Amino acid sequence: MSITRRHLLLLLPAAAVAWKHVLAGTPEASPNYTMSQHWWGMLIDLTKCIGCGNCVRACQTENDVPDGYFRTWVERYHVSDYDIENPHVDSPDGGKKGFPPTKEASGKNFFVPKLCNHCAESPCTQVCPVGATFVSPDGVVLVDKKYCLGCRYCVQACPYGCRFINPKTETAEKCTLCYHRITKGLTTACCESCPTGARQLADLKNPHDPIHEFLKTHSVQILKPYMATHAKVFYNGLDGSVR
Amino acid sequence: MPGVEGFMYPNEIELQWSVLIVLYPFLTGLVAGAFILASLERVFRVQAVKPTYRLALLTALSFLLVAPLPLQLHLGHPERSLEMYLTPHRTSAMAMFGFVYLWYLMAVLVVEIWLDYRRDIVLLSESTTGWKRWIYRLMTLGSHNLSERALAIDERVGWLITLIGIPSAFLLHGYVGFIFGSVKANPWWSTPLMPVVFIFSAMVSGIAAVMLLYMLMTWARGKSIDMPCVDTIARYLFYTFIIDFSLEMLDLIHRIYEADESFRSLDFMVHTKLYMSHIVVQIMLGTVMPIALLALTQVLKLTEMARKRIYVLAGCLTMIGIFAMRWNVVIGGQLFSKSFLGYTTYKMGLVTREGLVMAIVLTVLPLVILWVLVKLLPPWADRASGALPDATPAH
Repeated sequence: MSITRRHLLLLLPAAAVAWKHVLAGTPEASPNYTMSQHWWGMLIDLTKCIGCGNCVRACQTENDVPDGYFRTWVERYHVSDYDIENPHVDSPDGGKKGFPPTKEASGKNFFVPKLCNHCAESPCTQVCPVGATFVSPDGVVLVDKKYCLGCRYCVQACPYGCRFINPKTETAEKCTLCYHRITKGLTTACCESCPTGARQLADLKNPHDPIHEFLKTHSVQILKPYMATHAKVFYNGLDGSVR
Repeated sequence: MPGVEGFMYPNEIELQWSVLIVLYPFLTGLVAGAFILASLERVFRVQAVKPTYRLALLTALSFLLVAPLPLQLHLGHPERSLEMYLTPHRTSAMAMFGFVYLWYLMAVLVVEIWLDYRRDIVLLSESTTGWKRWIYRLMTLGSHNLSERALAIDERVGWLITLIGIPSAFLLHGYVGFIFGSVKANPWWSTPLMPVVFIFSAMVSGIAAVMLLYMLMTWARGKSIDMPCVDTIARYLFYTFIIDFSLEMLDLIHRIYEADESFRSLDFMVHTKLYMSHIVVQIMLGTVMPIALLALTQVLKLTEMARKRIYVLAGCLTMIGIFAMRWNVVIGGQLFSKSFLGYTTYKMGLVTREGLVMAIVLTVLPLVILWVLVKLLPPWADRASGALPDATPAH
């Protein structure tokens, strides 16, 4: 079949639309973003988390996370009245589909969303033998997939279990704090999808960020502070039983 | 989830470091231990172990050549491993491996073996024919001078290299221990004793390996075993083993007494998933038994045959015990959750890149290399083995 001028006139706009979709998968440049002006973290208000798993699903969709691995997940704690040191914890499929009803009537139940803590003194970046994982100038711990050897030392070094090896790329993977979004002025996929606002992206260098007021007026905690990793994911209402 | 008890962080269920990473400290330990045994004769002038001097060096080289292979096979991107040399990350405990390895291989072992064998190589390059002649000629590196002065220089430089080699051997294996001991996220690994325990366990395994290889090869050659030599090696093995066991017990007692937040989890693991490999194989079968056997040879006057049998049994048990120790460190350190609330299971593949067959191949490969090296560079002082008369190092 030969292509006539009429066919071409019809095909060209269709091709243009198709090309636009192809380009949609390419990260946009962020010409107005200056790394030195930001210091990213996250605030998680545990009193607001309902364990719906929206954040886990949104993260998996946004970042193409393979099944069975998690950049973020939600844990459900059940702590009995008298045994704070031995909580019962579950996280079926990372809490992606929510949680079944709890069997225990006594004690307390609560949800704890987890993700990379984007530590300022991160043990994972310390141990990388080639520097493929690093803390960016705006405080986000990232992995260069084109450089990572896949030695898994960083996975061992993370005290929070936030890293995994992507079976497709054979490289280390973790939460990037949706770096492709936050550098364009958007929030992370997990924060955007949270129906109760339990997760909030925080820019610690921005004096107008509500995080500062929140930190002043609430007792917040980080996970495993004794690890001295200078974690930047702050939890409000964190129970002492949480690991 | 099958194989999981209690709660694991979801990304922890899959073990990251496999049996190949168990082999890595096991092989480097044999290298360091064999070299330190060789240094007994060269630097500390323990003449009794002289028959094993060259064999110990060749054993160290054979195992060192294979040591990086399990790491390469384990990497997700082995083609990028050269980056560790080109752009090493200075804060990483692992980044220095390539340099420590190269230093030990090229600056210590190869140089020492070459200097020690130079006289033999030159003589063999003249006495052999065919392809062997060409190999020996190549190995002379153009240095054919066998004058007394040249040999004296070989001896002096060789001694110096061995002297440098002792701290290098400690560095090689202490460093491997540091890779594990410096992971603060993992309480099973994180202890300053780890490098020290690794060094002494390396000496134990290396000494036992050379002792066994010497006895096996001498038997295979139809020669009589030099008993003063084997007795001396067994004595050193006994002493080193006691230090090694004491350090491990110190670590254990410290953990039990301190009983920090990880203790309950680790204690449970040792009594369940690691019971067989840790309590039964490593401690009872692989440590207490060989120490007791070796102690018998120290306090009782036994016949030569009885001593030989005990040495072989103790040596084999030692090798099993040290392998179990590496297994318990590497695999054991990944079986519990960093939340201390659950445990996972290690499922070893069979014919996979990091499976059992590959592990066996990598364990046998150094022995094959050693066989070739022994054929090429006979470590024996006697004529019948193919070595040249007066081919022992000039001291």
